Amino acid sequence: MTAPTLTGGTSHAGRARRRQAVLRRTVLSVGTVAMLVPVVALLEYSVRFPLTGAVDLSAWRKIVAGRTTEYQSLAPLWSGLTSSLVMCALTVAIMLGLLLPTMVWVRLRAPRAARTLELVCLLPLSIPAVVLVVGLAPVYRFIAGTPLGSSTVWLSFAYVILVLPFAFRALDAGLRAIDLVTLAEAARTLGGGWSRILLRVVVPNLRPAIVSSSFVTVAVVLGEFTVARLLARENLQTALFQVNLSDSQVAAAMAFVLLTGTTALLVTLELLATRTARTARPRSAEPSRPGVGREPRGARR
Amino acid sequence: MVTATVPVGRAHTARPAAPARGRAVARLRAGAGLAPFFGYTAVFLLLPTLIVVDGAFRGADGALTLDGLRDAATARTAQVFWTSTWLSAVTAAIGTVVGGVLAYALSTAPVTSVPRKVLTGFSSVLAQFGGVMLAFAFIATLGTNGMVTRLVYEQLGLQVPPDLLSSMTGLVVVYAYFQVPLMIIVFLPALDRLRPQWREATAVMGGTTAQFWRRVAGPILLPQVLGAFLLLFANAFSAFATAAALISQQTVLVPMAIESAIRNENNTGMDSYAQVLALGMVVVVALVMGAHALLLRRAARWTKDAR
Repeated sequence: MTAPTLTGGTSHAGRARRRQAVLRRTVLSVGTVAMLVPVVALLEYSVRFPLTGAVDLSAWRKIVAGRTTEYQSLAPLWSGLTSSLVMCALTVAIMLGLLLPTMVWVRLRAPRAARTLELVCLLPLSIPAVVLVVGLAPVYRFIAGTPLGSSTVWLSFAYVILVLPFAFRALDAGLRAIDLVTLAEAARTLGGGWSRILLRVVVPNLRPAIVSSSFVTVAVVLGEFTVARLLARENLQTALFQVNLSDSQVAAAMAFVLLTGTTALLVTLELLATRTARTARPRSAEPSRPGVGREPRGARR
Repeated sequence: MVTATVPVGRAHTARPAAPARGRAVARLRAGAGLAPFFGYTAVFLLLPTLIVVDGAFRGADGALTLDGLRDAATARTAQVFWTSTWLSAVTAAIGTVVGGVLAYALSTAPVTSVPRKVLTGFSSVLAQFGGVMLAFAFIATLGTNGMVTRLVYEQLGLQVPPDLLSSMTGLVVVYAYFQVPLMIIVFLPALDRLRPQWREATAVMGGTTAQFWRRVAGPILLPQVLGAFLLLFANAFSAFATAAALISQQTVLVPMAIESAIRNENNTGMDSYAQVLALGMVVVVALVMGAHALLLRRAARWTKDAR
């Protein structure tokens, strides 16, 4: 596939390649169908009246109606959704504001701290959220006593920790793909200061990595249940859990929207990232190497 | 390509030819830049961990004691830990095998192909989302009124057991559904790093495809496969939401036992029981993830110059 000289090879090689393609397509189709069945079932469940099997759009009508006084039992869903969306923004902001400058700083000024930074960032992988909550309970009791109060959105502080490993990996892959030291030296030679290096050199070069780290953060925050449940706060997932007890069809419809919506968002972002990378420069000779095709591309600014 | 293994650009950066005091100041300043991050993680990551570890060894009066550990060493505790462990091991094995095959099929497709994008995108959503919505999806699929339940009954006349989803078998099925996508995301980059040159080199020296997999790709990928298995194990071991949404009547897994201990307000001794259970989880997951890190370091030997 990579070497054009092979295309004129023997029919044996051609047959092997065709067989591989058929096998690949079969495996992928079976896998995709298996993965899609529960999602399709979710959609069907949301529109099927359980007793008669008749199609019934009432669950969707309730969701489209939004937050009205008519459906009191859905009130938690809307407040939970609002908190979760606010927390998405807050968590992304804290995560990027905290992690990105630190990672750049470590690469440029404090390379000795690189191992420690990586260790700390990956540590949450070894500490399950349930465990973290047990230790976070006193911390949040303290926060509730400060002017911040006991609002749900401060769960973002804990969520930053939960996404740390994923965000770190995404940003780390991006930083590996660029020659940060040279870029920073060039910027400094031209008289750029620290903030200028960060905002004008690092951020534009890392846009795909920043997008993917933000995305993974949003996905984690929207899907988070454990911390909110054990600290008795209300976010999207705990609200879904609660609504499911009274109106499982609405919960199913909402879950379907969230699953498909997030997937669509991710795929679109991915496609956009590749497209801009491809138009900015000729296709990389080795497209399979992650990050390599994402070279500096300031043309869009 | 091969010459690039020398770490270019690192050597001449952090060594300013400054006198001793200047160097100390520079080091201090370098440390100051790290303060916000490490301060934050100290409060929200290290402190909670310390609270758990410390709390497990303290009695209600605050004195250091092993009573908490002794009280927790019951058949019930052993039971939940055992159930959690085998559930995680079985689903991790399923995830590794099925996800590995799917990841390989994906890796043979071009990076830019749409099916690959869609499947990886969907996988990362499923692997991250999991939880409550996954439980809903399976109630809609295999519950008493589920789509597949009805289909199987109408077409084959077979009745899916009505309590399947609140049984351990059901939990295995549901867990596999987030383990497989996680395996795809974790393993796909490893497969992508298998250089076409290695395969060409094998072919040039007269090696067959089987030989390539057995002698070249296999040994390179083995640590990554084992590492992925461990990651999946830890993932299942820590999962809480799915089981909580499916099984509400009993506490069968460690996280569920922790929840019921935290939420029990009649017995204050339960707080320390939660901390002991949490400590147990930390120990298990830390061991697994430690082994995972060692395996990855071994695997990194082959991926370093590809970065």
